[in-house]
Amino acid sequence: MSLIIARQLTKTYIAGDIEVRAIRGVDFTIEPASFVSFVGPSGSGKSTLLNMIGCLDPPTSGSLEVVGQDTTQLNRRQAALFRGEHIGFVFQDFNLIPVLTVFENVEYPLQMVQNLPKQKRQDQVRELLKAVGMGDQGAKFPNQISGGQKQRVAVARALVTNARLVLADEPTANLDRKTANLIIGLMKEMRDEFGTTFIFSTHDPKVVGNAETIFTLEDGKLL
Amino acid sequence: MLRPFLLWKTANCCKDLTQAYITEFSKDLIPWGTFYEEIMFNIFKLATRNLQRYRRRTLLTSMLITLGVVAVLLFISISGSFKAMMIGQITDSMLGHIQVHRKGYLASIDSLPLDRNLKGKQVAMVKEILDKNEAVEAYSMRIKLGAMFSNFTETTNIRLNAVNPAQEMQTVPMLVDRIIKGKKEGLLEKGEILVPELIAKGMRVKIGDTIVLVATNKDGSVNGQPFIVRGILEGISGPGGRDGFIHLHDARTLLRIEDKEISEIAIRLKNMNLLDKVFAGIKGQLGPIKNKMDKPVFEVHTWQKLTPFFNIARMIDLMTFFIKIMLVAIVLVSIMNVMVMAVYERINEIGTIAAIGTVPNKILSLFVVEGFLLGIFGTFVGVVTSLAAIAWMNAAQINFDFGRQKGLLLAPTISAGDILTVAATVIVIAVLASLQPAWKAARMDPITALRHV
Ligand SMILES: Nc1ncnc2c1ncn2[C@@H]1O[C@H](COP(=O)(O)OP(=O)(O)OP(=O)(O)O)[C@@H](O)[C@H]1O
Ligand SMILES: [Mg+2]
Repeated sequence: MSLIIARQLTKTYIAGDIEVRAIRGVDFTIEPASFVSFVGPSGSGKSTLLNMIGCLDPPTSGSLEVVGQDTTQLNRRQAALFRGEHIGFVFQDFNLIPVLTVFENVEYPLQMVQNLPKQKRQDQVRELLKAVGMGDQGAKFPNQISGGQKQRVAVARALVTNARLVLADEPTANLDRKTANLIIGLMKEMRDEFGTTFIFSTHDPKVVGNAETIFTLEDGKLL
Repeated sequence: MLRPFLLWKTANCCKDLTQAYITEFSKDLIPWGTFYEEIMFNIFKLATRNLQRYRRRTLLTSMLITLGVVAVLLFISISGSFKAMMIGQITDSMLGHIQVHRKGYLASIDSLPLDRNLKGKQVAMVKEILDKNEAVEAYSMRIKLGAMFSNFTETTNIRLNAVNPAQEMQTVPMLVDRIIKGKKEGLLEKGEILVPELIAKGMRVKIGDTIVLVATNKDGSVNGQPFIVRGILEGISGPGGRDGFIHLHDARTLLRIEDKEISEIAIRLKNMNLLDKVFAGIKGQLGPIKNKMDKPVFEVHTWQKLTPFFNIARMIDLMTFFIKIMLVAIVLVSIMNVMVMAVYERINEIGTIAAIGTVPNKILSLFVVEGFLLGIFGTFVGVVTSLAAIAWMNAAQINFDFGRQKGLLLAPTISAGDILTVAATVIVIAVLASLQPAWKAARMDPITALRHV
């Protein structure tokens, strides 16, 4: 069964008198354990689409099924709980919590979102930090590590909950080319190891090459 | 706070059922059911670290709260001890807690009228009622009179209380402390007089001197009687504070009173806190008693009606109230200000934790706990500082003057109840003040928040 099924998915923003049709009725399916990239120029609707898949923004019309759940009708709280359980996020600006150590940042979703017991949490955090190559950096604070390292920690945080799906909107935009490739490589490795579906967006053609499935967006439509 | 606790209880007592319920219906309930303490602990940890992140701002805000708490506690403590001391002195060395007179006596008390005394039969009635009243510790029968005081070369006016020494000492135990010269034990004997300080000075009389009191009787005739000066009495503020004392028996012979009549009955209660209740009781018993002309016989008053100091005490209470309101305003504004800033600065972080699935309730509690901790911290430092200051003031033996009284010792105290009330108020206000910003944070749309720069 497909992990994500989108049918005639549409998002229209109303900003004052102007209607912005950010996504104009797209259809696609994404299979479990796939490594997917949405590419397209700035303003083509990549973020909009990822936000809808990530239950951060409800579609204007059309149907969207994520992990077997119709997510178009969830309220705020239900959407938060759904995200906490099934979806991991990696952000362009890393978005680690500055007052928490690397270890605590990765632990955060297990504790504050999934409410796992201490022992289980710590085992999982250790495993993930090791997997992303940050096993010995757990005690550092985010401002004590590099951008590439921050993004590794962010990947660990996205995966630690055993999410079925990790969404990464421009995860490499703030990294140099070499580090960008390393992070994409790491995500692929993680997909291989944990069977997690990764969806990332980028407008950088050099990074796109790593993806197995590529959707190209233009003016809110899939090519 | 009740809901999570109850659910936590339920989770413990019928774990299986709850577990089944939780797996069945989403993880919605888990936050409140399973590891509540750990989550709470983590929220406190996050809040503490965020407070430490802006250390200077945190310190400034809590200092403001500390300042407010110290101001209120010190004011309550100093004004309270001043009030208690003044009230204690007035009631315990002069007025007693409640007084009974013949109806109309108080209105003309300045002229100390002898024709408005309670008759022997009426006195017996009051006596019977007071003897039966459990709340009454003691009472004292007094005849109040004006007389001429002569040292054989000069003459002056004097106001006198004629009392039964044993009764008087039980009713106003601090009276003996006002004897600044002469023997204190037993207050006085028949044939002796306690002379108020001012008259003693003005008339140049010493302990052991003989003086003569001349008084006009009810029938208009005049009578004189010699007395030996037994002691000099320190004056206190308020009406009656500069009266002399003689024995009740001497007043009867001086005034040629045959009947056992009395002008004033002062009553001391076992517990002053029950004043209103006991007063109502005694008034209820004496009030309805009428004379042959169907007019009430007695009037009953509490000390509050008998001294203008009561109004000063009330003014102090009013000031305390306004200072408390100011404290509430300080806490409200400073916490709200700092929390609004905290939310604004952390919009991105709020977006992040919301996106990765933190439910609004938890985001709310993160910020409320921050305000709560600020309140706790400021209050704690404030209470400790105040207690230290109070201890210091007691150790330093600070004196002050009130009216004609010099060198009163300032002995501020503060009750645990007052400290708790102030602390609880500050903390509750701190929480309330952070609720609005916290609520705003919890309601933030994750996408908008994440896009915020
Ligand atoms: N909240 C909003 N209100 C109004 N219009 C919006 C909103 N969000 C996005 N849009 C518009 O929708 C279109 C798609 O935006 P989106 O951010 O999805 O593009 P993108 O492909 O992610 O671009 P970029 O590569 O620059 O991030 C744009 O025209 C944008 O202006
Ligand atoms: Mg974008």
